[in-house]
Amino acid sequence: MTINTLSQDGVQRQQMPCLTKMERMIISMQDPDMGIKLRNQRLLITVIPHAMTGLDIVEWLIKKCSISDEEALHVGQLFVKYGYIYPLKEPRNLILKADDSSYRFQTPYYWMSTRWPASELDYAIYLAKKNIRKQGELIEYEKECYNALHKRINHTWDFVVMQAREQLRASKQRRKGDRIVLECQEQAYWLVNRPPVSPEHYKLTTLTKNTIIEHNRISLARNRVKSSICLESYVKYCEQYQPHDPIMQGCLPSNPWITDDIMFWNMNSETVALPTKLRVERWSFSFMELLNDQMGRKEFLTYLEKEFSAENLCFWQACEDVRHGETAKIPEKVDEVYKQFLAPGASRWVNIDSKTMEKTLEGLKRPHRFVLDDAQMHIYFLMKKDSYPRYLKSELYKNLLARAIVPQETKKSVFPFMRRQRHSSPSPALATQTAEDDGKAKYSNSNSGTASRL
Amino acid sequence: MCDQTFLAITFGPCDNCSQNKPLMNIYLKNEPINYCSLCVELMACQGLAKGETIHTLKAESETLKTKLEEERAKLHDVELHQVAEKIEALGQFVMKTRRTLKGHGNKVLCVDWCRDKRRIVSSSQDGKVIVWDAYTTNKEHAVTMPCTWVMACAYAPSGCAVACGGLDNKCSVYPLSLDKNENLAAKKKSVAMHTNYLSSCSFTNSDMQILTSSGDGTCALWDVESGQLLQSFHGHSADVLSLNLAPSETGNTFVSGGCDKKANVWDMRSGQNVQSFETHESDINSVKYYPSGDAFATGSDDATCRLYDLRADREVAIYSKESIIFGASSVDFSLSGRLLFAGYNDYTINVWDVLKGTRVAILFGHENRVSTVRVSPDGTAFCSGSWDNTFDLRNILYGFALYWHQGLYIGVLHHPVMSVP
Repeated sequence: MTINTLSQDGVQRQQMPCLTKMERMIISMQDPDMGIKLRNQRLLITVIPHAMTGLDIVEWLIKKCSISDEEALHVGQLFVKYGYIYPLKEPRNLILKADDSSYRFQTPYYWMSTRWPASELDYAIYLAKKNIRKQGELIEYEKECYNALHKRINHTWDFVVMQAREQLRASKQRRKGDRIVLECQEQAYWLVNRPPVSPEHYKLTTLTKNTIIEHNRISLARNRVKSSICLESYVKYCEQYQPHDPIMQGCLPSNPWITDDIMFWNMNSETVALPTKLRVERWSFSFMELLNDQMGRKEFLTYLEKEFSAENLCFWQACEDVRHGETAKIPEKVDEVYKQFLAPGASRWVNIDSKTMEKTLEGLKRPHRFVLDDAQMHIYFLMKKDSYPRYLKSELYKNLLARAIVPQETKKSVFPFMRRQRHSSPSPALATQTAEDDGKAKYSNSNSGTASRL
Repeated sequence: MCDQTFLAITFGPCDNCSQNKPLMNIYLKNEPINYCSLCVELMACQGLAKGETIHTLKAESETLKTKLEEERAKLHDVELHQVAEKIEALGQFVMKTRRTLKGHGNKVLCVDWCRDKRRIVSSSQDGKVIVWDAYTTNKEHAVTMPCTWVMACAYAPSGCAVACGGLDNKCSVYPLSLDKNENLAAKKKSVAMHTNYLSSCSFTNSDMQILTSSGDGTCALWDVESGQLLQSFHGHSADVLSLNLAPSETGNTFVSGGCDKKANVWDMRSGQNVQSFETHESDINSVKYYPSGDAFATGSDDATCRLYDLRADREVAIYSKESIIFGASSVDFSLSGRLLFAGYNDYTINVWDVLKGTRVAILFGHENRVSTVRVSPDGTAFCSGSWDNTFDLRNILYGFALYWHQGLYIGVLHHPVMSVP
C-alpha cells in the first residue's frame, strides 16, 4: 500500500481492490436465479419491496463460498460496514444479524467504488433536509456536524437550504414506497461515510474536557509575579553575564574557533592549577554556578571542612547520585546514605529538622529515586543561605580571586593565511574508560588538549 | 412523512424513563432492551454529569480560558522592550563560517554538543549518526541506524555515549568505543519505546536517564540501564516535537512543545503538567530555556519566536517580522541570554536581540532548510545543521564585516562599527 494516489502516468490509481471483489459478489447476490430470494417486507404500515433477511444473506454466503457460519457472518458484516447492504430496522446500527431482520441492497449510485466524493456540501444538504423535515430530528453528533458545517461553508448556506427544499419538494411527488426506499438508501450512505461518534468517543471527549477544565481551574489559582519584576530580572541577568558571553564580548585569550588556539579551553579546564578571574567571579553569581563548576565545588568543600560542615555538601552530592543514578542501585545507595549521614550516631550526621527527618526515615522503608528529595532540599537551602554567602566573604575566596589569572589577549596571526595546527584532544570516552579501570566515578570530562593523536 | 417510522418499531413505555414514546430496539450486552431515543442518546453520553452535555462542557472550558487570560493580563504592567529601553543597542553583527562539516549524505536533522565544548554528534535522514571533533573536523565515530529519518540525537553528559532515534519509534543509546575494530552497533541499548516517531531526546543530569518526546503525543523518562519507563507525561493532543530540560536548582522540570500549538511545563517527579501556554498560531517546532531558567523561547511554523515567562505565567515577547514568512524550526540562546538564534525554513538564520525584540542579524549561506541551531556549551560558537547536507560552525565576530563564504571563496573587508563599552 502506498500513499500515492496517482500512478506513474498520472492516472488515478484504483484504491482498494477489495471493493471490486465485494461488488462482484453483491451483483451475484442479486442474480434473479442464483441469488438471494427477495421479498416484500412489511414495515409498520408500508411495504418495502426487495428486502431480505439477515439469515438469507448468511445462508447464501455459506452455500456460495463453502464456508462456516462464523466466517459467513463475518463476511456479511463487511458488506454492511462498507455500505453495500443496509439494515432497515435499526439503520444506525450497521451490523449484520443472522435472523429475520430485514436488509436491502444499496443502489450502485452510492457504492464506495464510484468514489462519489462525499463532500461537505452534500452532507450539509442532507442534514438541512433532515432538519427542515422535522426540527430537532438531528441527533447530537449530527447537530454538531451541522453547526460546524454552517460555520465552515457559510458562504454557500443559501444554496444548501435551497437545494434541501427542492429535493424535499421533488421527493414529495414520488410514491410513498419509493420515497421511503430512497430515504433509507441516502441515510445508509451517510452512515457509512460520516459514521456517528461512538459512545466511547463521547466518553473520551468528556474525559479530556474534564481534565482541561480541572487544569484551567488550578492555573487560575496560581500565584503570579508582576511582569515588571520578571522582565527586570532578564535585564540584570544579561548584564551580569555579558562579560562571560564570548559571542557578545569575545573571550580571552582568544576564541579557539577563530585563532585555532585552544588556550581558552586549557585555561578553563577542570584540572588547571589557577583559574581565570572571570571563572572565579562567576561563582559569586549564584550557588548553582559554584556547584556546577567542579573546581568551585572543590574549593567550597575545602572551605566547609574548615567550618566542620563538609558533610552537608557530601550528603547533597550523594543524594544527587541517587536521583540521577541507575535504578537498580538505588536501594543500596540509599542504604549507604542512611548509614553515613542519617542514622543516629552516624559518622557524618547531617542536621535536618525533625519533621523532614521523620518523613525521610519513613520513606526509607520503601526506597525510591526521590525518597531523599526533602532532606536534600533542606540541606541545599541551608548551604545556600548560610555557608555560601560566608564563603564569598571568606579569605579563601578572596585570595583565590586575587590570584586568579586574567589571560593576555592573543593577537590574531599577522599572516592570516598561515593556519595554526589544530590539535585533537583525547575523547572523553577514552578518559573515562581509563578512569573506569581505576574505579573512579563517571563524572569527569577532561579536555587537556595537548597534541595527542587519537 | 419522515424516517422516524423506520426507527419507531414499537410504541410504549421506555425501560429507562417509563414514558410512552416510540422505542428503539437496542442491545446492551446481548440483551434486547427498549429505550426511547432520548434515553439511548443519554446513555451514549455517559460520563457527563446531570445537566451537562458536550456543549456545556465546552462552554465551561472556554469561560475558564478567558478568565485565565484575564488573570494573567492583570499583572502585566510593562512590556519587555520598554524595560529594555535603557540598555545599549547592539551594534552590527556579522558572521563567518569557521568550520564546515561535510560528510552526511542526506539532510542533517539534529545536532548536539558534547560538554567538552568541541565535539558534536549529528544525525541525518539517511540513518547515519556521526560524532565529530568539530575543532579538527575529524569524524570520530559513525553509526548507521536501521531506520531512516533519525530526528533526534543527544550526547551523554559524560561524553561516553550518544542517544538517537527517529522513525523506528525507539531511542537507542550507543556507548562510544575507541576500539576501531569494534562495531558500535553491537553494543547498542534500546531504551525508549514509543508508538510513533521519536522527535527529540535528551539526557538528564547523568548518563543514566533519558527524556524523550514522540509523535504519539507523549513524553517519557526512561532508565538507560534497564530500559524501564520511569514516568510518562500526557497532556499534548498532538505530536510533541521538542523538549528542553530546565537549568534550575532543583532540576525537576522540563518544557515541551508540540503540534497542538501548546508549550507545556512538566514536573518530572509527578508527571504533572504544571503550566501551559497556548498563544502560537501553529505547530511549535522547538523550545529552549533562557539560561536563568525563568523563561523559555519557542520557535513555530507561524514564523514567530516567542518568549514565555514562568513566574509571570504569560508570553512576554514576540520575535517576528513581516519579511519572515516561513516557520522557525530551531531556537537557541547565547550564553548570556541576550541573543536568540533561530533557524528558519526559508534557509536563513535570524539572530534576535532578546531584550529589545529586534533582529540584529540575518545569516544566509545554507541552501536548504535550517533544521537545527545549537550554541556550544561555553558559548564560543554555534552550529547550524540543514537539509543541504552540511553544517557550519559559526562564530560571531563583533566588529568585522565579512563576506559569506561557502567553501570556495573567502573575502574580508573591515567595516567601521561603533564600539561597545
